Amino acid sequence: MALGLPFFAGAALAQAQNWQTGLPPAATPVMERIAQFHNELLLIVTAVFLLVAVLLMTVIVRFNHRRNPEPSTTQHNAALEAAWIIIPVAILVLIALPSYGLLTYEAESPQPDVTIQATGHQGHWTYAYSHEDGLQFDSSALSEAAAKERGEPRLLGADNPLVVPVNKTVEVMTTGADVIYSWAVPAFGVKLDALPGRLNHTWFKATKTGTYYGPCAELCGAGQAFLPIEVKVVSARDYVLWLAAAKEKYAGDGPQRVAANF
Amino acid sequence: MSDAFEIADVGTVHEDHPRGWRRYVYSTNHKDIATMYLWFAVVAGIAGGGLSMLIRAELMEPGLQIFKNPHLFNVLVTGHGLIMVFFMVMPALIGGFGNWLVPLMIGAPDVAFPRLNALSFWLLPFSFALLILSLFVDGDAGGRGAGSGWTSIAPLTTTGSPGPATDFVIFALHIAAASVILGAINFITTILNMRSPGMTLHKMPLFVWSILVTAFLLLLAMPVLAGAITMLLADRHFGTSFFNPAGGGDPLLYQQLFWFFAQPALTAVMLPAFGIIGHVVAAFAKKPVFGHLGVAYAMVTIGFISFMSWADHLYTAGLTAGTRTWFMFAALAMVVPVVVVISSFIATLWGGSITFKPPMLFAVAFIVLFTIGGLSGIVLANPGLAPVLHGTAYVMAHLHYVFGTSAVFAIFAGWYFWFPKFFGYLANETLAKIHFWITFFGVNIAFFPLHFLGLSGMGRRIADYSDAYAGWNFVSSIGAFVTGGGVVVFLIMLVEAFAKKRKAGDNPWGAGATTLEWTLSSPPPFRTFNELPKIT
Repeated sequence: MALGLPFFAGAALAQAQNWQTGLPPAATPVMERIAQFHNELLLIVTAVFLLVAVLLMTVIVRFNHRRNPEPSTTQHNAALEAAWIIIPVAILVLIALPSYGLLTYEAESPQPDVTIQATGHQGHWTYAYSHEDGLQFDSSALSEAAAKERGEPRLLGADNPLVVPVNKTVEVMTTGADVIYSWAVPAFGVKLDALPGRLNHTWFKATKTGTYYGPCAELCGAGQAFLPIEVKVVSARDYVLWLAAAKEKYAGDGPQRVAANF
Repeated sequence: MSDAFEIADVGTVHEDHPRGWRRYVYSTNHKDIATMYLWFAVVAGIAGGGLSMLIRAELMEPGLQIFKNPHLFNVLVTGHGLIMVFFMVMPALIGGFGNWLVPLMIGAPDVAFPRLNALSFWLLPFSFALLILSLFVDGDAGGRGAGSGWTSIAPLTTTGSPGPATDFVIFALHIAAASVILGAINFITTILNMRSPGMTLHKMPLFVWSILVTAFLLLLAMPVLAGAITMLLADRHFGTSFFNPAGGGDPLLYQQLFWFFAQPALTAVMLPAFGIIGHVVAAFAKKPVFGHLGVAYAMVTIGFISFMSWADHLYTAGLTAGTRTWFMFAALAMVVPVVVVISSFIATLWGGSITFKPPMLFAVAFIVLFTIGGLSGIVLANPGLAPVLHGTAYVMAHLHYVFGTSAVFAIFAGWYFWFPKFFGYLANETLAKIHFWITFFGVNIAFFPLHFLGLSGMGRRIADYSDAYAGWNFVSSIGAFVTGGGVVVFLIMLVEAFAKKRKAGDNPWGAGATTLEWTLSSPPPFRTFNELPKIT
């Protein structure tokens, strides 16, 4: 459990901590629900494990050959055999109902405010903002020295992070340029494969400003460990300012990249 | 001791067999072929385990220490997965224990097709050789070997790996698949047609049941793998585009085909493990398996469901919510028959008069480890959690609890249980117990922290990771090395047993061991059941 571990308040660097044992703190409503469901599930599976452990301990203590030299000859017990079918079914129904609810919540995306296409390449992600005059740029891993200089985590920091506004629904469309990638930000509860020839889509609505990181989560070649996803969630005002600056900074990237991709 | 109805010299020819290497290389005898399968699995297990030591050595600390080229790391991860599944666990459980025990347990003189049996085995070393050779030929642009994971995921294997290493892996899998299919045909025919008089299906020992279900699963699943990798090969060399969207193909198709194979195939690995554990708990609790038929039919049910639940490996691939809902229910449904099996084992122990010999230690540990792996499987069955769990170290933890430890513990339980029967010698109990305790602590220290790493977001198949994951990775590596030490103790145990040659009686385990093989001498004669036993 991540509970009790220190996290920066406010502009949180939502990155994993050493010796962390649980999920990252939630930054979206989806992730809040995922964490809640996971915690409930963890209680159930822990209880089942403890039951098995207690049964085995009892067996070891009570039914070893010293304390119980004469084995029983019972081979059947209809009630017991029915019980260990009916009780698991009941528990699984208890799991499946909220699980189905969670899946439905994740799958039904609201009307998006911002739409971004993320295309996986060997060594970088290309982010294209759909309704922002062809704003498009590449995002690749920072070198170790650069990451240190910028105070970002090694292998997770990107040179040009994705920037999105806080409290807005962001739709992410993913595709792969050559092989399969997977776009993931654990704190958002988002992970979606980016397959060549397919356009998958998911959404998130970050409720806290800050910097969030994720790995490429599908084996995409030798550079698998070096394909970071960094998302900066900023206020609406900062987002507008950033958009203006970005359009200038990355001007000319779009058409060239399009030509290179296809 | 020729049979009455045979001409005398034919009878003596039957009792005679070649000596030395000819005995094995020319062999069509199920016992000798089974023994070769077992030793093959030991060798492959050491190879695959050696790769895992290198993998964990690299992951012990953040940064690239051993492999300057991360491609090489992916190659070793790929090799480790393929070797452990196709050349260690499968040959040990199905080829080794299956071949030894199925004819003995049903009272048959041999398997139905002894020459086919020899072919099944002899395909494997060549398949293994191709896989090893793939490490030394060009893979992707960055180096040698195939680094596309044990799933050979397309299009990384079609367009992403130009060198011939992937072709070597594809051919290795083709040959291994052929070997497994032939073995499956042999087992199904043997079990359905060659049972002794009175050995009805319902009286059949659990292990034979497990091999029967497993053989059907493999017979149906393996051709799908063969087809899928043939399509890979055609995409790579013959200009087709099954998985290439530029030609109208779809990369997702490969994943669907692969997991349609892999879900039943991995299930097929677990069932003989259940079978072995059933025999071991019954023998050492001195009680018959509780609900014997319930367990048998639960295994059949597990087999059925495994063909309907493949896409629980594809929750993040972009399938519709409706599709994911179906596979969630299928994956959760799998839990019910598994609970029946495990509960029956515990109920077998309940009321027993248990002696904790080495096979029993491994069997009890199996129940613990499989429970952990099964419970993390329940967590992973929920598509809603896939965004934080899929493709992370959590999945590594789950699959290593189920296959890396449970299946291996079942193999060791079976090994210590039948070692006196197969080889005629008693193992040193102290060495066996040291082996057990080292391995038990080792695997838990190695694999339990992977749950934490997965939950906190660490991915799979990465040579280097963010510094925040350093702590648990260090612990995990220590556990892996401890487990490696356990393997060394296992080898010492083997050498000691074969050097000391302590003769085992026909039945060293006493009244609890009730199946037919314990009525034979240890090791059994070259030919058994020339006159079929009558089962009452």
